[in-house]
Amino acid sequence: MNELAGSQYLIEVIYLIASALFILSLKWMSSPATARHGIWAGEIGMVLAIAGTLLHHGIVDWKWIIIALVLGSGIGIPLGMVQMTAVPQRTALSHAFGALCVTLVGTAEFYLRTPNVPKFMMSVLSMEVILGSLTFTGSLMAAGKLQEILPQRPITYKGQNLVNLGLLGIAVAAAVYLVLHPEARQLFPIMVAIPLVFGVFMVIPIGGADMPTVISLLNSYAGLSAAAMGFVLQNKLLIIAGALDGSSGLILSVIMSKAMNRSFTNVLFGAFGQMQPAAAGGQEARPVHSATAEEAAAILAAANKVVIVPGYGMAVAQAQHKVRELYDILTKKGVEVRFAIHPVAGRMPGHMNVLLAEADIPYDRLVEMDEINGDFPQTDVALVIGANDVTNPAARSDASSPIYGMPILDVDKAHTVMVIKRSMSPGFAGIDNPLYYLDNTLMLFGDAKQFVGAIVRELSGGH
Amino acid sequence: MGSNLIDALFIFMLACFIGFEVIRHVSPLLHTPLMSLTNALDAIAVVGAIVLVGERKSWFATVLGVIAIVAATSNVVGGFFITDRMLKMFKSSRPTKP
Repeated sequence: MNELAGSQYLIEVIYLIASALFILSLKWMSSPATARHGIWAGEIGMVLAIAGTLLHHGIVDWKWIIIALVLGSGIGIPLGMVQMTAVPQRTALSHAFGALCVTLVGTAEFYLRTPNVPKFMMSVLSMEVILGSLTFTGSLMAAGKLQEILPQRPITYKGQNLVNLGLLGIAVAAAVYLVLHPEARQLFPIMVAIPLVFGVFMVIPIGGADMPTVISLLNSYAGLSAAAMGFVLQNKLLIIAGALDGSSGLILSVIMSKAMNRSFTNVLFGAFGQMQPAAAGGQEARPVHSATAEEAAAILAAANKVVIVPGYGMAVAQAQHKVRELYDILTKKGVEVRFAIHPVAGRMPGHMNVLLAEADIPYDRLVEMDEINGDFPQTDVALVIGANDVTNPAARSDASSPIYGMPILDVDKAHTVMVIKRSMSPGFAGIDNPLYYLDNTLMLFGDAKQFVGAIVRELSGGH
Repeated sequence: MGSNLIDALFIFMLACFIGFEVIRHVSPLLHTPLMSLTNALDAIAVVGAIVLVGERKSWFATVLGVIAIVAATSNVVGGFFITDRMLKMFKSSRPTKP
């Protein structure tokens, strides 16, 4: 090790402790019982690391550091108070902020160091800045789509992938030139600007249904760019935190793509919503069975095992709390009620669990897809609320369906299926759902919140 | 310089493996809070910005650094705050309630 000043040793030791706390923090997230310890560990590590950094001997100017810390906290508090339905866009926004920080620091470091930038340093610095800036605009776009400021529909045009790859190619070429000639400072703005444009173009063709994957992927990029920053600054804590975040985002994106039966490249270059509405015309008005709230209540009251399948439509209708009432009243009547959670239910990984937990539904009642699918044949009633594609049996059986191969919840195997839906119009992806025409399916037409409320009234009034 | 770089690569490699192992065991129940937590931890990038501003090497670096500190700090504060709010909501039906 080089000669370090005394304070420098202290800082390194503090960073070492903070790194351990960060890893513990994630480890404790493995179960809801210990997860809150994880926050403490993370917070203590963060405070230690920031306090330790302030010991840095080179620091001569405190005023702006303090002003910026206070200002940042002021922005952070309202961002921590958003509604649970808005968590996906908040998360996307925070990816953008993280990437902004990394990009700005990288840019400043380049102009401070040029033209004396060793080749390796310049390579990681380029990676930091390219990943950072494309994550910045990409995440802003994702946040805009989720907040519905921007159209959620995928926007595609001919040759889109070519344009995008071309842009990325130019940025990488600029980076390579800078690695070889770090004195070419006029090239640096190009290396920042082009990924900024690329980030916009990358998210434009991605539709609302693919948001969970995109958010995870951007999470991974944000982490990797932070790790690259750690290489530039020779900061081991930053390398570790970036690697943890990067691998977390990567794992989540893999889980999300698997749940959609898509590959990464397919998500990024496929524009799902662009798919042809499946074999249009094939489905003329087929008969469906429908039922009233009264009939639905009677069937539910007579059941032993009920599985509720919530989709994002439930959250849109703000029906969570009515669903909780239904859960309470059925549980009181001795009915075993569980919730089947598809990995892509909601707008980001795990979003549906948070929405149900907010409505006070105990988390041990929330069951993942792989765990609950085997139980559907022994289930008396599967009640689908605001979910569509994730219950579509065509994904299992119809090779011509655009969602063929996507893992689904096997609700059609339950003795009775009840689907609360506004009308027979197909879902977001424009794919018809054969589930609705099955003999054991009852369609409950109406608004999710009102319909569940009506069932609850029937159940509480009747007995 | 050279050996530092190799050290850093080793650290990165090991941290990635630890990350994969630890995250793999996170319950899917908690994937949303997980993402907001890793986001807050990732904002440790603030330390780089703090040094940048504190060393006062050029006005350009200071301006960029101040914006960077603001952005990262908002992630630290907002990230921990919302993660805590979410985790507080997760209750089990078994222990306290009848």
